[in-house]
Amino acid sequence: MTAVLAVLAIAVLLTFVVWFVGAPLRRPAPADDTVSDEQRALEAAKQAKYAEIRDTELDYRTGKLSDEDFHAIDRQLRAEAVEILRQLDALR
Amino acid sequence: MAIVGRAALIVALATTLFGIGASLYGARRGRRDWIDAGRRCVYALALILTVAFVILEVAFISNDFAYNTVADNSSLTTPLFYRAAAMWGSQEGSLLLWVWLLSIWSSLAVFLTRNRVREVVPYAVAVLLGFGTFFTSLLVFFVTPFALSSPAPGNGVGLDPLLRNPAMMIHPPMLYSGYTFFTIPFAFAVGALITRRVDAEWILLTRRFALASWLFLGIGVLLGARWAYYEIGWGGYWGWDAVENAALMPWLISTAFLHSIMIQEKRGMLKIWNASLVLAASTLAILGTFLVRSGILSSIHAFGASTLGVPFVILIGVMVGGSIYLVVSRRDVLRSEHQLDSLISREAAFLLNNIVLVALTFVIFWGTFFPLISQALTGTQRLVGPPWFDRYTVPLALILVLLSGIGPVIPWRRATLANARRNFAAPLTAAAAMLIACFTIIPVSSSPATVALFCAAAFVFASVGQEFWRGLDARRAMSGDPPPLALLSMIRRNRRRYGGYIVHVGIAVLFIGVAASSTFQHTQYVQLGRGQSYVVGGFKMTNVRPTAAIIDDPTSTGALLTLGVIVRVSRDGHYVATLHPTAQYYPDATGAEGPVGSLIGGDAVSTLSLYSTLRRDLSAAINAVPLQQALQGEINRANTLVDDDAKAGPVKQEDLAYLLLYAIARGYVRHPPAAPLKLADSPLVMWLWVGALIVFLGGITAIWPPPGAAGSRVRARYLARVAHELGRA
Repeated sequence: MTAVLAVLAIAVLLTFVVWFVGAPLRRPAPADDTVSDEQRALEAAKQAKYAEIRDTELDYRTGKLSDEDFHAIDRQLRAEAVEILRQLDALR
Repeated sequence: MAIVGRAALIVALATTLFGIGASLYGARRGRRDWIDAGRRCVYALALILTVAFVILEVAFISNDFAYNTVADNSSLTTPLFYRAAAMWGSQEGSLLLWVWLLSIWSSLAVFLTRNRVREVVPYAVAVLLGFGTFFTSLLVFFVTPFALSSPAPGNGVGLDPLLRNPAMMIHPPMLYSGYTFFTIPFAFAVGALITRRVDAEWILLTRRFALASWLFLGIGVLLGARWAYYEIGWGGYWGWDAVENAALMPWLISTAFLHSIMIQEKRGMLKIWNASLVLAASTLAILGTFLVRSGILSSIHAFGASTLGVPFVILIGVMVGGSIYLVVSRRDVLRSEHQLDSLISREAAFLLNNIVLVALTFVIFWGTFFPLISQALTGTQRLVGPPWFDRYTVPLALILVLLSGIGPVIPWRRATLANARRNFAAPLTAAAAMLIACFTIIPVSSSPATVALFCAAAFVFASVGQEFWRGLDARRAMSGDPPPLALLSMIRRNRRRYGGYIVHVGIAVLFIGVAASSTFQHTQYVQLGRGQSYVVGGFKMTNVRPTAAIIDDPTSTGALLTLGVIVRVSRDGHYVATLHPTAQYYPDATGAEGPVGSLIGGDAVSTLSLYSTLRRDLSAAINAVPLQQALQGEINRANTLVDDDAKAGPVKQEDLAYLLLYAIARGYVRHPPAAPLKLADSPLVMWLWVGALIVFLGGITAIWPPPGAAGSRVRARYLARVAHELGRA
């Protein structure tokens, strides 16, 4: 009796795994996401740049950067952010 | 059900192999359906291994001694709580736990990245399933947890008493979670290098996973130290044991990575270095697993000699060789975009921190493997002990603590001298004040490293405190919120920054605990008869009276006999605390010690008794072995008495054996031998644990998703749905 139950349990497990893993192969391939990997990477780069701009501002407000350094770095970071936005627009 | 467990492992192995093939085929041919099938193999693996895990766990809980692993690691007298944890007391059970956790965390990673880095994911899935293949192969071909004996023995050997500690219930799962989590950043790094996608999105994902593995492994190491403090070290939390070191090395390397990845994120620098660190951390995590399981180095934490050494060496070889090949062949995409602007910048501080952390790891690696190196060169295995490790690690740790105070107060790119002067004034003043305080309180000449560490810690507290203060000031100026609200909002908006600062404070606090407890500890090994006293660190410790308990084990670990003494602690005539160190004696399943001796002839464990405050830990431990030897004459006489009563039958004989054991315990209470005690006064140990908790609080703060992330995910889902439905219309 126990052996029968064991065989049954193994069969159920195996069937479920085959059904579950094979499901994507039985249906038509899904349409590609409209957002490309390059776009996602640029989105992530944009967020990282924004975070850097905010970080630099916090560094300035907490007295770690001089006026001159802050304005120079901030200008550069914003220019880099604009460049990322341009690349994003070009992809859309 | 063992046959189902075995079958589950074989199905798991087949699933991993199919998943690897499907993922690689899908990635090469650009077939989303095959890539999805590969991803689903990770989820299926988690399900199958959960079945196997539950079957074995049920066997342990229900005392099914037909399973060899249950018979070897549990017994009828093992309490339920420890039976549930006994699975990871064995080589095969802990391997099953390892691969089960790997499948769970891999599933989580694959789920979280289902719509991200799509080029990288199939390769990452293949690597994760590759680890799954390796570990399930070990369980199928080398050490199966589902091996059976027929006929089943009536009782098992029992769990090693040293493992009967509440920390052991959670310590291995946390440690293994850390180790297995390290495979995720490794897999994504391999995928990113193969597809040449080492971009911002990869950084974002890898940093998260690396932080999670850092957090889990750190908690695992801490719980291990806590266990050692109570069970094996009798007040010692770190012994530079090979297995302890093996867990520390990947943690140190991932600490370095978590810092240097910020340089890549902000400046596009150190890409080769970062890729190497993340690959090295994972390889070291597997090396740690190898050390525990191969038996090549002796350790109290290891499983002893086994046949797993060769497969692990092959795996490590493949990881090292593959990592080197990938980094070298992808050096064009790993080229730095910028150069260091100034030596007074956060990048420079992080770079120095990385050098120190890697140097620390190298020292630990060298010390850990020195026995093997010396054996290869001279033919004899030579060990290096804690003094050797301390000689090199103490100065490096000192620099590390100091850097954790310097980093927060200097900006990225460059700092002007005027700003540096302004920002370093308060931390340097705090360090100077601490130095003066140390001169007046402790003998500086006898412990210069400890004093330097206290000063460095003061520097860290002041620099981080200053950062919080100034940040709060700026936040209040912008929002007009009251201070508590402004503080919360400031941390919420800058979780990584302030989470990191909290970690730095925690590290400084932790090192204060380590330095003070190791430098100013007073320890004495003494033999104290009833009523006798000994003064340790100004505390008078008196052996008041002996205690004994049969079966009634106060710590519920299943010991049949517990002997101990009550120790009264006083200072200048004032009562301070009462300690109750005990020694637990466990049965010997072989019966070789005679009918009475076998009741207590198995392992013996001493349990530390602790009076813990923020200022100091006062502890007492009783040495179990000499105490048992002192009672050996009584035990021998009792054995003879039971043997002489053979006519009474086995049941009566067993009753008599227990009765005589009771008499021996009573005799111990009436005429106790001098108690062999270890008495200790360890200042500030509590701060080690408090510091560790602060570190983890900071880690959780840093890893918590930023506000708006959940909303972004929901928006992304809706956008994907709109796009999908428009495509169908």
